[in-house]
Amino acid sequence: MRKLSVDHLHGIKFLNKADVDLIFNTALNFKEVINRPIKKVPTLRDITIANLFFENSTRTKISFELAQKRLGADVINFSSSSSSVKKGESLIDTVNNILAMKVDMIVLRHPNPGSSILLSKHTESCIINAGDGAHEHPTQALLDSFSIFEKTGDLKGKNILIVGDILHSRVALSNLYLLNLLGANVKVSCPLSLVPKDIEKLNVSVEPDIQKALRWCDAVNVLRVQRERMIKSYFPDNREYSMLFGLDENKISSIKKDILILHPGPINRGVEITSDLVESNNSIILEQVENGVAIRMAIMYLLASKLNFSINE
Amino acid sequence: MSKKILLDSKKINLILSRLVYELIENHKDFKDTVLIGLQPRGVYLFNQILKVFETNHPKIKIKSGILDFTFFRDDFRRTEKTLSANSTQINFTLENKRIVLIDDVLFTGRSIKAAMSAIDSYGRPKSIELLVLVDRRFKREIPIEANYCGTKIDTFKGDKVKVIWDDKPLNNKVFIES
Repeated sequence: MRKLSVDHLHGIKFLNKADVDLIFNTALNFKEVINRPIKKVPTLRDITIANLFFENSTRTKISFELAQKRLGADVINFSSSSSSVKKGESLIDTVNNILAMKVDMIVLRHPNPGSSILLSKHTESCIINAGDGAHEHPTQALLDSFSIFEKTGDLKGKNILIVGDILHSRVALSNLYLLNLLGANVKVSCPLSLVPKDIEKLNVSVEPDIQKALRWCDAVNVLRVQRERMIKSYFPDNREYSMLFGLDENKISSIKKDILILHPGPINRGVEITSDLVESNNSIILEQVENGVAIRMAIMYLLASKLNFSINE
Repeated sequence: MSKKILLDSKKINLILSRLVYELIENHKDFKDTVLIGLQPRGVYLFNQILKVFETNHPKIKIKSGILDFTFFRDDFRRTEKTLSANSTQINFTLENKRIVLIDDVLFTGRSIKAAMSAIDSYGRPKSIELLVLVDRRFKREIPIEANYCGTKIDTFKGDKVKVIWDDKPLNNKVFIES
């Protein structure tokens, strides 16, 4: 069997198509595992994984922790709010101290873009990026595409729309890289103030008319407006945003076709999407959450298989 | 490298119907019995066994499934290769069931040990038995033996035993490469 071409998961940018196929196939096997009466395998029983979260997270952290426990790994959790980071310790010192306790793998969420790459250059551990600032969130993109793949098969030639705060979203950037890699056609729809510069270089077109964009797509991934990352105002208010770009029953029923609706969470109901759509038959939001565990199990399994095994005799 | 045919299609067919009779002798109406084919190679033999039941004993209703035990193997990170998983198809609990694991060749016994651990994920079975086509005896690394065995052979460590299942049953064969 092939191996991943990378030793760390910093971002989708560093993966190739064969890597993604391998991750998806392995995730299918793990999805079956997590639906067994006893949902645990002992594969990573000799691996210790540290979850280092320097930013708030609910579902990603729980999803990683559950995936690690399902794989039989030992898990330690760290959050910056209750650590020596508050006393002025640097990221590299913090991680090297944790690694000195014989930790094999680090799952890192950090507000600074590129932090996982920096860490891999200064430490001996395998690093998984669980979100670095507004840069990448590779596991989220993988589970988004995997969820579409499960419903529609190969993504090649499929029309995928991303609606929301593209400028500040690491989920958007990872999704754009991945959808390109898989051969999907991609459009984004949002206020023009939230479109990143040079986005067309990523093979993406911008469609400010959401009705037109919805008619075109097979699946729509709805992103949250990231107020916490905004240093100025990009649109007048939530009400106007919601009227123009928020998904609601009227906009969906007027296109007269079935499309898949995804959302990486957390959801601001009534802003980017209405409650009835979140719970509609077209929504695969809860399947995304389930697939998140399977995708993360696959990634940790494949990366762990590249770690050297040694028993001191 | 030399090749020696151990079983041709005629002998394989005789063995298959004998193995099925042995199963019927022990399991009677198969009420609580589940046949489990082990991925990847055991599934071929498993399908042949089911075919014999369908053709020769159509009144017996067999409950069956396919198990992949990759994530329970004891050589993870000990080989150069990444261990590749296959699909598992067991959509029911195995609590209190009489399980018959089906694999083509019994060699070190480590695969069967992993499969027995994997079976626990579906409940606590009443019993587990093992059916194999070929038993490479004296090569066990773990104390595991087959309850139903097609044929027993003696081999050297470097020998390879290959079971070929072809679309045309006449081409089915087992040979040894040394």
